[in-house]
Amino acid sequence: MTMRRADVVIVGGGLIGAWTAFFLARRGRKVVLIEKGVVGAQSSGTNFGNLRLQGRFPGQYPLSLRSQALWEEIEDLIGDRCEFDPSGHLYIAFNDTEREKLEKYAAVSESHGLAIEHLGTADLARRYPWLSGKAVAATFSPRDATANPRLVTPAVARAAKALGVEVVEQCTVTQARREAAGFVVETADGRSFGCDHLVNAAGAWAGEVAGMFGEGAPLFPAGPPQFVTEPFPYFIRPSVQAVDGTVIFRQIPRGNVILAGYPRTAADPIRNRAPVPPAKTLAAMRHLTAVVPALRDCHVIRVWSGIEGYLPDMIPVIGPSMTTDGLFHAFGFCGHGFQIGPGVGLCLSEMICDGSTETPLAPFSIARFRGAVAEDEKFRREFDLPAAAR
Amino acid sequence: MAEVVIVGAGPAGIRAAGVIAAQGLRPILVDEGRQPGGQGYRRPSPGLSLDMDALMGTEAGKYKALHADFAALLPQIDYRSRTLIWGIEDRRLYCVRDGRQMTIAFDALVVATGAMDRIAPLPGWTLPGVFTLGGAQAVLKDQGCLVGRRVAFLGASPLLSLAALQYRKLGAEVVAVCDTSPFRDKIAALPQLAAVPRTLARGLAYLAALKRARVPLFDGVTPMAIEGEAGVTTLRFGDGQGRERRIACDAVALGYGLKPETQLAELAGARFAFDARFRLWLPVTDEDGRAGEGLYLAGDGAAIGGADAAEASGALAALAVLHDLGLRPVIDERPVLRRRLARLRRFQRGLARAFRWPVPALSRLPDEVAVCRCEHVTAGEIRRAMDEDLGPVDVNRVKAITRCGMGRCQGRVCGPALQEIAAAHAGLPVEAVGRLRGQAPVKPVPLGILEEEEA
Repeated sequence: MTMRRADVVIVGGGLIGAWTAFFLARRGRKVVLIEKGVVGAQSSGTNFGNLRLQGRFPGQYPLSLRSQALWEEIEDLIGDRCEFDPSGHLYIAFNDTEREKLEKYAAVSESHGLAIEHLGTADLARRYPWLSGKAVAATFSPRDATANPRLVTPAVARAAKALGVEVVEQCTVTQARREAAGFVVETADGRSFGCDHLVNAAGAWAGEVAGMFGEGAPLFPAGPPQFVTEPFPYFIRPSVQAVDGTVIFRQIPRGNVILAGYPRTAADPIRNRAPVPPAKTLAAMRHLTAVVPALRDCHVIRVWSGIEGYLPDMIPVIGPSMTTDGLFHAFGFCGHGFQIGPGVGLCLSEMICDGSTETPLAPFSIARFRGAVAEDEKFRREFDLPAAAR
Repeated sequence: MAEVVIVGAGPAGIRAAGVIAAQGLRPILVDEGRQPGGQGYRRPSPGLSLDMDALMGTEAGKYKALHADFAALLPQIDYRSRTLIWGIEDRRLYCVRDGRQMTIAFDALVVATGAMDRIAPLPGWTLPGVFTLGGAQAVLKDQGCLVGRRVAFLGASPLLSLAALQYRKLGAEVVAVCDTSPFRDKIAALPQLAAVPRTLARGLAYLAALKRARVPLFDGVTPMAIEGEAGVTTLRFGDGQGRERRIACDAVALGYGLKPETQLAELAGARFAFDARFRLWLPVTDEDGRAGEGLYLAGDGAAIGGADAAEASGALAALAVLHDLGLRPVIDERPVLRRRLARLRRFQRGLARAFRWPVPALSRLPDEVAVCRCEHVTAGEIRRAMDEDLGPVDVNRVKAITRCGMGRCQGRVCGPALQEIAAAHAGLPVEAVGRLRGQAPVKPVPLGILEEEEA
């Protein structure tokens, strides 16, 4: 059996793997991207499409802002706009407690240089007359944006391929190990690849890859149910999110309203299923009409979900392995990987090519799972999982 | 007592309800329509009098018997009309009725959701005035309306001539009946069609009646375009002799046979297998209609068989329900029903041979023709997406990239054409490009529905 040589093998053809491949190829590295299905089909392709800056984990702002700059030039980078739309993001509060939470988020955003508009009831009524009185306060971040997740990952993978990346679809990695001469990656169809650096960007399946190198993280799979309505006259311009998580929605210019809502639902990565329970659909519909009564007569026509990897502290693993030189992890994006995807890819390419990156990534080290990790309150609030999964 | 729920009040659902009720159980019969009868045995709306004897012809007796039996059955069942089932989870149906949400729990579920037209797009098929064949019949029977004054019938289906005759009876001018399948296919299918000589004779009688009425009949036609500006004015096609014909009309009824409505069966857990004769993915059942634990399929929603097969399979599925519940049916005529059903479905397989789904025409469908009406996705957009680097092959991925099948109808109309176009473009057998997966809601659900406690 002949072994194909590359500088870098990336396991996982999601958004993270595709952007990493793209930036490595721009630096002249020979890259093989291996995907068990087709590129961009799981959470990379099925997420809500928010490029939200406000309300992120404080330690993530340098990465997040760097990533947004890449999104803002996506057309120049990959030759495809992928419906990128600087629509802004409106975070709404239903009561004073939530308003205080928004103010705290805003203080963090502003400390990183983000412009945030603070809106009261009168501002909301004037600027967004379609919002019901349920929203009592909001913060608006004009630099936040949206893009179409269905289109982005295939487009990035195509751009990477055009730069020389070998994209291998329908191919499952069965074994990966470190030998004296570098990594050896073997696949179910009998191929084998040798490389100097290995990137584990296998999403909800990344735990198995980490396990091949004797490390792990308490990753679990879940799906974010998403819903879409028939086209309706276009009147909702910013992406809107209730800070209590009950409803997140945006309207695209062709008229469809996309909505999502917590709690998330357990998914099955073995049978490759991320069900959307009908009760979730009903709850999302009820929450949306409470916030935008004009949509009462609009119809939900379709639902979907995908399989995402979550970690108990609700922040991802990004960075070098603690056990194996040359291995890098990027997984467990806990439902907020879409916005930081390009930034993560760029940082990984810098760590691989330059040995380091200017962007602080210490909070995301896999080392944190060697000790006890505190569960984030979102972890308790934003999921409804069968008891067995907890 | 076990809760038996039957979905669909057509011939299969009504016969299933009859068998369950005869056992002393009180089944719930849920139907989306306002009145029982399903599509084929659809009744005129209240207050409208139509000569149903004339419209139903040789089937008038069965039509009357089914409706009379339903009337007698009504006190013994829980009949819920105008109820849309949009989701199924954990033995519970999620329904909307009169703008209210409700759920119905079940122990055994008989899905008898019937069939809809299978549509092959052609240039102009989205013009106002183009109807599905079944839609053209539905407005006729339900409302006494015609889809046009001068109607052309196009496709590959024995129902073309039946619908054409019905339109003539109500005063429409039938300007042409254009069958895309060549006469030699019908000859080749004769041995299978002879399995049910009465139905074969009926089909030939329709054709003879159209001939007597001097309705222009064409065999082996090549559809070219439906033309017009604000609405249909002309049907253009190549006749069997290769001459181009243009026929003036103000409506076209389009139908290439039927496809089972399988969305609810899928949500309830049915598995699917590709059927090469029908070129459709059909739910897998045993001979009595079992498709899973507590799940039974009957009628055209399980396998296209026609109204008589629907009645037989409805009764058969209900008998299977009773057996699986450990009950001994009052009258157990399963062997007779199985034989009848097998014969009737064999006949339908013959029909699928005589009236062919136009695979070559679909593979050559011009790039500018819309395949997906809801999202306006053309054949060319599908092909261009597939041609891209890392482009999709599987129809679910084609849908994800192009939006074909993502709209209001959820691929119920464009699905069969999409799979042919994708397979032809990829150079693969049609079963290799997969099957559009179903999801709840199977039909659009209004956001403003009101919650209701379990009924």
